Amino acid sequence: MVELLILMVLMIIGAIIAVELKDLLSSVIAVGAVGLALSIVFLQLKAPDVAITQLVVEILALIILIRATLKKDLPFSTTGRWLLNTVITICFIAIFFLVALRCFKDLPEFGYPIMRVSKTYIQEGLSRTGATNLVGSVILDFRAYDTLGEATILFTAVIGVLAVVRRIGRKKVGEKVEEEE
Amino acid sequence: MSHEHGKGMSLIVKTITRLTVGAIFLYGMYIVLHGHLTPGGGFAGGVIIALSFIHLMLAYGKEAAFKKLSRSAASVWESTGAIMFLTISLLGLTGGYFFLNFLHKGEPFHLFSAGIIPLCNIAISFKVGAGIFAIFVALVLVKFDTGKK
Amino acid sequence: MIVYLLTLALFCVGIYCVVRKRNVIKLIIGVIIIEYAVNLFFILTAYRVEGRAPIFSKTQDVANMVDPLPHALVLTAIVIGLATTALLVGIAMRIYEKYGTFDITKIRELRG
Repeated sequence: MVELLILMVLMIIGAIIAVELKDLLSSVIAVGAVGLALSIVFLQLKAPDVAITQLVVEILALIILIRATLKKDLPFSTTGRWLLNTVITICFIAIFFLVALRCFKDLPEFGYPIMRVSKTYIQEGLSRTGATNLVGSVILDFRAYDTLGEATILFTAVIGVLAVVRRIGRKKVGEKVEEEE
Repeated sequence: MSHEHGKGMSLIVKTITRLTVGAIFLYGMYIVLHGHLTPGGGFAGGVIIALSFIHLMLAYGKEAAFKKLSRSAASVWESTGAIMFLTISLLGLTGGYFFLNFLHKGEPFHLFSAGIIPLCNIAISFKVGAGIFAIFVALVLVKFDTGKK
Repeated sequence: MIVYLLTLALFCVGIYCVVRKRNVIKLIIGVIIIEYAVNLFFILTAYRVEGRAPIFSKTQDVANMVDPLPHALVLTAIVIGLATTALLVGIAMRIYEKYGTFDITKIRELRG
């Protein structure tokens, strides 16, 4: 599992770079690099469905983010009390880290999962659904309600984006939202 | 950067786009149709199909992309996908319960097998592809006047 | 166990970005990093030592599969994360139109 650890350390370094850079375009590209390393980590963990979806969705998020940040400037100013804010944040994160460490003792050891429900899915999946891709049979036959919920969420997201972007309020006569030439 | 969306990008980008955008669309359809045999499924395939249209829009400008898939057509495709998915699941009610897999199961490793799963994959891909394209068009093609009120 | 700690470190980097940064686009980047960390944690709990991908094959007998249930959950979560990001970017563009800046301290001061 050495490749897994190296890739995760690279992801953390990329995330720190994305957070600390002053230039918006460079930090968005750093987030793209983190997503690409995540897709390779998914392949290492033997999850090909998830790796394909993560790769294409991350490319799409990059395109949308770059389009939003390209024309805008970055006003950067630090008002006072910078040291106090940073110390308080780091204390909060340290406390959160320690509490989470206590919770992690209850997890099963990495590499030996308790597969109580999945035993049934693996043994009876092929005979009950006829699909050889087990993850596809889980999302569309055994757990199809979740897929219905996700289709609803996508629909709501499209309506929400159209509602946010549309010009609201009173319209003057003859005024409408302009489109770029 | 505003001329980018009007006249499109340079000649090299336009030539490569003309060669590859059909292959990207075909690859997306392949991932959707074989969702019950190989990794992928409706969601990844739908996003790849939307990415092919977005590629066309980024390289050639918005008129060329709207000739292939206009905004009203995208809205119709998305609603069609959602209605198809709900119809397939409600038809299972006639046999027993919601989402019952009522079609013939077939033999494994064949393209026409696994009951309703390929049809559901196709419906999901319509919905996801058209929806993501509509989100991108709404976010990219609106210009605001940036004055304080 | 150490992979869980590294995932938690990635999550903490995301939380630091959301709490401390002043630019709205940096907030969106922090939320994206948090989503990556959570999805990674789910897939890590599903891994099995010497496991194979959960797909049957015609020529071999695949006996030792990883857990397919968290894969299904994370597939849904990734696409939902994309919807969240798109909505956040739309709201950020509206904020820039109304106030002319991405700085959240200035947004508090102006009364529109």
